[in-house]
Amino acid sequence: MATLKDIQLKIVAVKKTQKITKAMNMVAASKLRGAQEKMEAFRPYANKFAEVLGSLSDRIEADEEHAPPLLVPRAEVKTIDLLLMTSDRGLCGSFNTNLIIKAEKFLKEKAEQGVDVRLICMGRKGRDYFRRRKQNIRSEHIGIVGGKFGFNVAVNGGQELIDAFLNGETDEAHVIFSEFVSMARQVPTLSQVVPIVGVEKAEQAQEAEPAGYIAEHICEPSAEELMAEMLPKQVYVQIFRGLLETSTSEHAARMAAMDNATSNCGEMITSLSLVYNKARQAAITADLMDIVGGAEALKG
Amino acid sequence: MAGNIMLEVVTPDKSVVSEEAQIVAAPGTHGEFGVLIGHTSFLTTLKVGMLRYKDKAGTERVVFVSGGFSEVLPNKVTVLAESADRRRDIDIERAQAALKRAEQRLAEARTREDIDSRRAQAALQRAIARVRIAGMRRAH
Repeated sequence: MATLKDIQLKIVAVKKTQKITKAMNMVAASKLRGAQEKMEAFRPYANKFAEVLGSLSDRIEADEEHAPPLLVPRAEVKTIDLLLMTSDRGLCGSFNTNLIIKAEKFLKEKAEQGVDVRLICMGRKGRDYFRRRKQNIRSEHIGIVGGKFGFNVAVNGGQELIDAFLNGETDEAHVIFSEFVSMARQVPTLSQVVPIVGVEKAEQAQEAEPAGYIAEHICEPSAEELMAEMLPKQVYVQIFRGLLETSTSEHAARMAAMDNATSNCGEMITSLSLVYNKARQAAITADLMDIVGGAEALKG
Repeated sequence: MAGNIMLEVVTPDKSVVSEEAQIVAAPGTHGEFGVLIGHTSFLTTLKVGMLRYKDKAGTERVVFVSGGFSEVLPNKVTVLAESADRRRDIDIERAQAALKRAEQRLAEARTREDIDSRRAQAALQRAIARVRIAGMRRAH
């Protein structure tokens, strides 16, 4: 049985751990606020962008022949780029595991179809995992998720995917990121970024504005050229959004994990204190018995 | 003056400008264009350069934009740029350092394979525009 001293030391240790988890919780909370503000700040840009792109795509969809290559799906898909976003740091519960499971599932599925998948890892955790498993990692970007990053990060990452697609190395590119649904829920999400799918049509996206209002826009240069200019940006926008969502999710996940850890520490302290008090009482009782026993013996 | 036109400049990081303007002049790819209220709707790409506008009080303001595009509606101009800075927010020392760096990189790009000269060129353009705007004499 543990001695009194041991239990006391254990309690002190747990209390220290609790202090750390509490501090991490607060740090995560403040970073989360920052990340959410960034998401908020991005929204006007993303909305306007989607609106303009949607109405443009309405106009030029007519002739399939000359559709920009970024919009045309390949008949045969042999190689895929998978951009996996994870966090750089741990201690955030099942956050990274969930993302990695999603990636593993995707890899397995594609392997069965005989499709090659090349990994691009944004975030240390995903890279470490797949490096240990000797997966083919094409490139890695560390120090982005969860920290401070600008739009240029998304531009570089997106350009990498686009270039590989346009020069025929790959036939598709997908992204796995963590969607920030709520404080309690972050969902690993898979979405295809190249070739571009799901450009919303203006009529669906626009409810406030009269339908077809953009049809009267003068375009300079032509609508097709504008489209060609905007399509790569659509990829950047998607990646940037993914990064923002993943960062926000990471902080939210860490906050929840640290909150749990802190309350678990509390529970442990309570139960350890109970054990400690019992042991102390037992020791006092034993001492008393000794004294009484001794006194009885002297009397006798 | 018939009225003011709403000007909005947004980047992925922030909303840079959101106010009424008497007139807006933007650097379109096919040349600079001016917009007053009641302009025909149109859509255009922008090049790296400066966006100028007169605010409600008639003060001329200058904003750096790094390309992007712009949607003009009769009562509103929206500029979507990858980065944009009001003149007073430009850090002139940083801009000059960026200019030097870009020049150097471009010079190296001639001899080295691993530097993308197209990107270096674009960086140089941005740096030049920033420095020029920052160095302009303040109108008011």
